[in-house]
Amino acid sequence: MTHTHPTLTRWRGPITFITLLAAALLLLPLLLEPFRLNLLAQYLCYSIVALGIALAWGRGGMLTLGHGVYFGLGAYAMAMHLTLERAAHDPLNTTGLPQFMQVTGATELPLLWQPFTSATFAITTAVLAPAALATLLGWSVFRQRVKGAYFAILNQALAAAFVLLLIGQQHLTGGTNGLTDFPTFAGHDLYTPTAQTTLYTLTVLTLATLYLAFRHLTRSRYGKLLTAIRDAEDRVRYLGHDPTWPKTLAYALSATAAGIAGALFVPIMGIISPTLIGVIPSIMMVLAVAIGGRYSLAGAATGALLINAAQTTFAETFSGTWTYLQGALFVIVIALAPQGLAGLTTTLKNHLTPTPPETTTHPQPHKAHT
Amino acid sequence: MEALLTQLPTGLAIGSVLLLAALGLNFTFGQMGVINMAHGEFIMVGAYTAFVLHAWIGLDPATTLLLALPLAFAITGTLGWLLELGLIRHFYGRPLDTLLLTFGIGMILQQAARDLFGAPNVDVPTPTWLTGGITLFDTVRIHHSRLFILALALTAVAALAYYLHRSRPGRQMRAVIHNRDLAATTGINTRKIDATTFFIGSGLAGLAGVALTLIGPTGPTLGTNYIVDAFLVVVIGGLGQLRGTVIAAFALGLLNATVEAWADASLAKLIVFAAIIAFLQARPQGLFTVKTRSLT
Repeated sequence: MTHTHPTLTRWRGPITFITLLAAALLLLPLLLEPFRLNLLAQYLCYSIVALGIALAWGRGGMLTLGHGVYFGLGAYAMAMHLTLERAAHDPLNTTGLPQFMQVTGATELPLLWQPFTSATFAITTAVLAPAALATLLGWSVFRQRVKGAYFAILNQALAAAFVLLLIGQQHLTGGTNGLTDFPTFAGHDLYTPTAQTTLYTLTVLTLATLYLAFRHLTRSRYGKLLTAIRDAEDRVRYLGHDPTWPKTLAYALSATAAGIAGALFVPIMGIISPTLIGVIPSIMMVLAVAIGGRYSLAGAATGALLINAAQTTFAETFSGTWTYLQGALFVIVIALAPQGLAGLTTTLKNHLTPTPPETTTHPQPHKAHT
Repeated sequence: MEALLTQLPTGLAIGSVLLLAALGLNFTFGQMGVINMAHGEFIMVGAYTAFVLHAWIGLDPATTLLLALPLAFAITGTLGWLLELGLIRHFYGRPLDTLLLTFGIGMILQQAARDLFGAPNVDVPTPTWLTGGITLFDTVRIHHSRLFILALALTAVAALAYYLHRSRPGRQMRAVIHNRDLAATTGINTRKIDATTFFIGSGLAGLAGVALTLIGPTGPTLGTNYIVDAFLVVVIGGLGQLRGTVIAAFALGLLNATVEAWADASLAKLIVFAAIIAFLQARPQGLFTVKTRSLT
């Protein structure tokens, strides 16, 4: 950052951020009815995922077509705990087993489920399991210089395999129906407006915290290294850096964000199932980031909010047309505005201000690296 | 061992379909760095070509099959050619962008199929001369239709090999894969070669689609089920040549089928995925690679 910026420009970012945060926390819960607030909280969960994708893809150049997996890991960890809590407090349920397990004829709680009676364990798993899986996958492929499209394809294959596993292991995961109906968390009724407002507030705060953390990260030395790796991995190697760990870290952080979002999503949405996290939903998460602007954290988060809001508004009324529109959006955004909505404003700003644009972190379309 | 033998025909049939699907992907990716996610929908279009010939035009199963093969090749080939002409050629050098772009096209094609043919699966009957089978070692039953698919895939590979090594445009295509700029300097019209590659690659997807109607039902999401595996074949086989793709397609087909017989079907995919990651530790570039001096 240069010192030539006028004070107004310098403080515009923080002021916008604080205003938005205050409005989201104080104003919206008063203005919106509980149903709308719940919907907004759902969209914001996807905004958290989008932050992670923007870090890995926009900054690190790693196109992750399988973020549904990490979202799902977080979501299922949380859902397993909530399911157990419901089973334990249901007076009609004598076995203490989740309902879907009784249908499949289980007599005792499977080993995998046992630790999830603890909320602490569930939440820890929701954060650490995605991080661990992403670290393992990231490290093993980045180490071998597998990147670009190959990496994207592997991610997609992981998402496909994960969904098949969830559907197939019905006695453990509830199969295609997934896990649903969570009335309480730690004894609190989740269906009350107060609980929904609390969950919404928690989501907004998580989003804001992760935004600030990732923003700080992208502006640090590490962030610069990550961008350098994205633009010219070989040159970074020649300069003596091993790209493996910086890339793995960004990918793991991005997965962690998705896991946290998943854990928040479950009590808000009240259901998690394979259809919410498969290959197509994973690509939708990327589409949201592409539309919002992959190089901008704020843009990506906004994109996720908009696309999911549009999804709920249009999908029910004209689902077929909406699919065409979504497909067209993909084509139009990638073709005409590869920097998304966030890039659009930058472009406009560059047109309006006579000063030459400062060196941006947006890459020029670079030569093929097949 | 017996389980492996009984799974052999299924594995070979799946491998053949994967091979047909992956050949096109491999060459468009190897030559142009384009990841065509709509390739799966081209498979679907190929399958519906057979359905239209049978159910709408009312041809008998045998004529349907024989006519569907060249027709599907022509239709999906033209679709691919149009896609290259209209969109993809503006995005060379941005592989990840073409991936998302073509995914959007795929969504549109899928919805179009849903609107035209309805969301439920449809069936295309198998010709009577393919319904029988032969029995080997008393336990292994091979359907004629599986053998037909295998023969189809191998014929396609042979034709492609002949084209690549013996014909002028095929040799030019290989030159472009090796080094686009040098190929252009020698006077090869690389734009024309790109369009041809796209036509052939997409046409092969159409053949895969027709082959799939012999194995199971046809639906709008038919291609999605195969595209991920077809991409994995490309990853394992290595870019820009036939050998690796052939070996990888059959390896993946057989691996899928045997692991499914031995373990839970739902675990199979995850085990195969782990095996691929392990394989990439040894050969990150895939089985075979075209040797170039460019930085990768």
